[in-house]
This record gives sequence, structure tokens and C-alpha cells, in this order.
Amino acid sequence: MTVTAPAPTNTQTSTTDVLLDFSNVEMTFPDGTIALHGVDLVVKRGEFVTVVGPSGCGKSTLLRIASGLETASNGVAQVGTDRIGYVFQDATLLPWRNVTANVELLAELHGESKKDRAAKAREAIELVGLGGFEKHLPKALSGGMKMRASLARSLTLDPELFLFDEPFGALDEITRERLNDELIELFNAKQFAGLFITHSVSEAVYMSTKVVVMSGRPGTIVETFDVPFPPTRDPEVRFTPEFAALVGEVSHALRKGHGNS
Amino acid sequence: MTTISNETTVGDGIDNVEGHPTPELPATLSTTPAKKKKRGLSRWLPPLLVFLGIVVVWYIISLFVLDPHLRFLLPLPQDILFKGFLDPLSFNALMVALYQTVIVAMLGLAIAIVIGVIWAIAMSQAKWVERSLFPYAVILQCIPILALVPLIGFWFGYEFPSRVLVCVMIALFPMVNNTLFGLQSVDKGHRELFKLQGANRWTTLGKLSLPAALPAIFAGMRISAGLAVVGAIVGDQFFRRGTPGLGILISNYSSRLQGEQLFATIITAALFGVVVFWLFGLLGRRAVGKWYDFT
Repeated sequence: MTVTAPAPTNTQTSTTDVLLDFSNVEMTFPDGTIALHGVDLVVKRGEFVTVVGPSGCGKSTLLRIASGLETASNGVAQVGTDRIGYVFQDATLLPWRNVTANVELLAELHGESKKDRAAKAREAIELVGLGGFEKHLPKALSGGMKMRASLARSLTLDPELFLFDEPFGALDEITRERLNDELIELFNAKQFAGLFITHSVSEAVYMSTKVVVMSGRPGTIVETFDVPFPPTRDPEVRFTPEFAALVGEVSHALRKGHGNS
Repeated sequence: MTTISNETTVGDGIDNVEGHPTPELPATLSTTPAKKKKRGLSRWLPPLLVFLGIVVVWYIISLFVLDPHLRFLLPLPQDILFKGFLDPLSFNALMVALYQTVIVAMLGLAIAIVIGVIWAIAMSQAKWVERSLFPYAVILQCIPILALVPLIGFWFGYEFPSRVLVCVMIALFPMVNNTLFGLQSVDKGHRELFKLQGANRWTTLGKLSLPAALPAIFAGMRISAGLAVVGAIVGDQFFRRGTPGLGILISNYSSRLQGEQLFATIITAALFGVVVFWLFGLLGRRAVGKWYDFT
């Protein structure tokens, strides 16, 4: 998992910058369902790749393979780091722990000292804007704040590869857009390699440097789009014709892929 | 280190629709006393009226339906109070018996809790252990304990240890079953969170499965506590050697037709059961009530 092989298509950046390298990855479940078929995907440091696709197209399976929760049944799935952040669909906070204790959890599981994990937690909590809520239990937090806490928990790992499994899918529009912006700022500051799953096309185009469109049954990559907008996204970019055009193209690719399946 | 943005404070205001932070607490507390009193009254009044109704029917039966020489079947409430409870001789016997029953029931319960939790943890660690051991937990639950009581007497004698053993056997199943249910109902996302960090099974047990199972464990304790009281009285009535408990007292008084004392003893046993149920409910709320609606 920790060793990176030279990336075949990579010319400009050094090999250590390739943090995720999938080549011809296949995933067949024991019941015979083919979840992924011939998936090639490279994510480098400083790239934020978003995967869009219909429900059940294997998007989540892609992340689960990247994180090591599942093993590909065929092909090569290489990950260039062991500092992997994983933000789940649910905040998955432990209800009996307050925000600080939840954020400290991962460092605690890695056996770090109390002092170290407290320092890491304090920093991460500040970073996601949860200062002042350290002692709150998850049930006293709103959906958006729970997600922030979950994000802070992953940040304590200082991840080089950051995986997001539809993290904001259950949030209301305003909270979601705000968290999108904050995640972009976080990405610009930390320059990790991001792999973000969503089924919202406009979220995908707004968030990422690259959009990957998948179709279902079996899950394959239909098309890839580079996003030309500057890394520091202005929310107003959503209302430009270029943005609308790209959203249109991605949606079109998505519909086409969906129709074929 | 970069902070995300200054707007976050605004964001928290928007986000924080459901979760009200602490500052609002004192305000709600200061406005409630009158409301609370009213709610208290409307809560206590109906059961109180039912109680009064029962007492009235009781007096009618005791005074007008029963022949005076049959009055031991349902003695007058004041006779139960003065002869059954407050008479020094009866009171003494009652307290000694209550103490004995409390010791037996609580010791049996403690042992059942320890065995039950360990048994369930063992079963939660591997499917084959569960397959091997769970049928016996079910069988234990299905055997009428009364049928086993004579055998327990054969093997372990007719004194204290056998009484405790009956309590353990009767209280064990809810502990095993509830703990296992709690350990197995841990959220899948939480499990994967621990798996991703390479946590071993003991860390996962200590930091995830056991805390997550606590509400179920405390619910099991409350059921088992009630059963342990039953077990102590049943055991008592069968194993008649050693210090008498409430069970022996009950059978003695009933064979001597001492109605007042018999009722006092039964009421004491019932109150003991209620107190135990309430106590373990309180314990559960204290332990997990902060994050779990323990009712």
C-alpha cells in the first residue's frame, strides 16, 4: 500500500506526487455483481478529483478500494501514502464522546500521547470553525456541525490523500455550499490529493480540478473533464456561462452513460 | 496554520438550528417551576385516585364481605401497618429477612452481570463461539428454573450458595442476550472508522463496542435485577436452611394464618422489587443518559 510504482502516463510531476494510481481496476462481488470494470484513475498531489455518477455505479466501491476497506478483484490499485483521510457519508461521530474527544479519536487509536492529540485536535477544531463547541456532544450539534467535526477528525491525520464519500449529501443547500467553499480553502492551503464522490454535478464542477463521470452496471469511467477555473473559487463563478456550459457537458455525459447501462 | 474563514461564525449560526448551546439552559430552568408543579400534580393524581379506590374496596371487603374469623384473608390496612409492620417482633423478623433477601438477590445479580457480559463478549468475538454457546443461553432461559431447584439442592446443599445460584440462573439470560445485542448493533460506519486506523479487536471492544453496548447492558441489568428478586424469594422458599429470607417468612406466616404479617412481608417484597427496578433505571440514566435516551 505504501509504495508507489512509477505512474505510466505521468511526465511532469515526480512519482511521489502520484498518491492514487488505479489501473484497470475491477471489482466483482461474491454474488457475481460487477461493481467496477476497467477503471483507470490517477490522483496527484494538488488535484481535487470529483467522481459523479448515478446511485449504484460503484463510486463508493472506488473509495473503499482506495482506502483499503476492500481489495480489488483484478487490476492494480496503488496508494502512495499511509496518511489517508476518509470522510464518510454520515459524520460517524461516537455519540458518547464530545467534539474534542471525537476529533482526538484517530490519534488516540494510533497510540499518540495525550498532549500530542490534544494539540492536534485543538488545531483541527479551529480549522473547521468549531471553536467554542469543544465540549458539546454530537446530539447537540446540527448536521453541518457534525460534518465539520468529522472533517476535523480526519484532518488530525494530516492526510496526503483525502477521500470523501458524499459527505455533504444530507445537508441543506446553504450549509452545503458553505462547506464546499471551506473545503476548497482547506484544499488550497494543504494541497492534498482529493477524491470526492458526489451525485451533484454542480457541486462536482464547483469543487474540483477534474471531474470524472461514471456510468453504472458495471461501473466504468465514461468521460473526464478538466475544470479550467482558478483554484480559489469565487462563489460567483457558478453564475458564469462557462460554468453553466461545463455543468451542461458533464450532465450530458452522465445522461449518456446512464442511458447505456 | 491557516484558519478557514472569518465567515464560519456566521455559518455556525445558520448551522446551529437544532443544537442550542448551553446559554439557553438557565433561562428555561427559571421559567418552569410553576409549570413543573402542575405537571407533577397531573402526573401523580390519576394513580393516587386509583390507589384510593383500591383502599376503599379493600375496606369494604375486609369489613363487610369477610366473616370476622376469615379476616386474615384480607386484614384491615391499619392492622397490617400496626401488627404486620410496626409490632417490634414482626418488624425485627421482617428486617432480618429483608436483609438476607437483599444480599442473596444482589450477589446473584452481580454474578449474573459479570458472567453474562463475559459470555456475550466471547460470543461477539467469533461467529463459531456464538454458534456454540448461544443455544445454551436459550436453553437456560427455557428450562423452568423451578424444575431445576431440587437438583440444585442435591448438588449444592440447602443453604446460601444454592439460593444465590437460583438467582444467577434466573437473571443470567437477559444479561447475555442484551449485551450480545448491544455489541452486535454497533454502527457499520463506526466499525469501518476503527478498521481504517488498524485498531485491533481489544481496542475496538474497549473504545467502540462496549461503550456502544452500554444502553443495552443497562436495560438488561434492570430486567435481571427484577428477576434476581424473584429468584431470591423462590430460592428461599425451597432452601429452608440458614438465615430465613422474605420467602421463608412468607411461607411461615401463610402456614400460621398470620394475615397481617403475611401482607406486610408481601408488601415489603414488592417494594424491594420496585426499588431495585427504579435504582437500576437511575443507574442507567446516570451512565448513558447524557447521550442516549434511556427510559
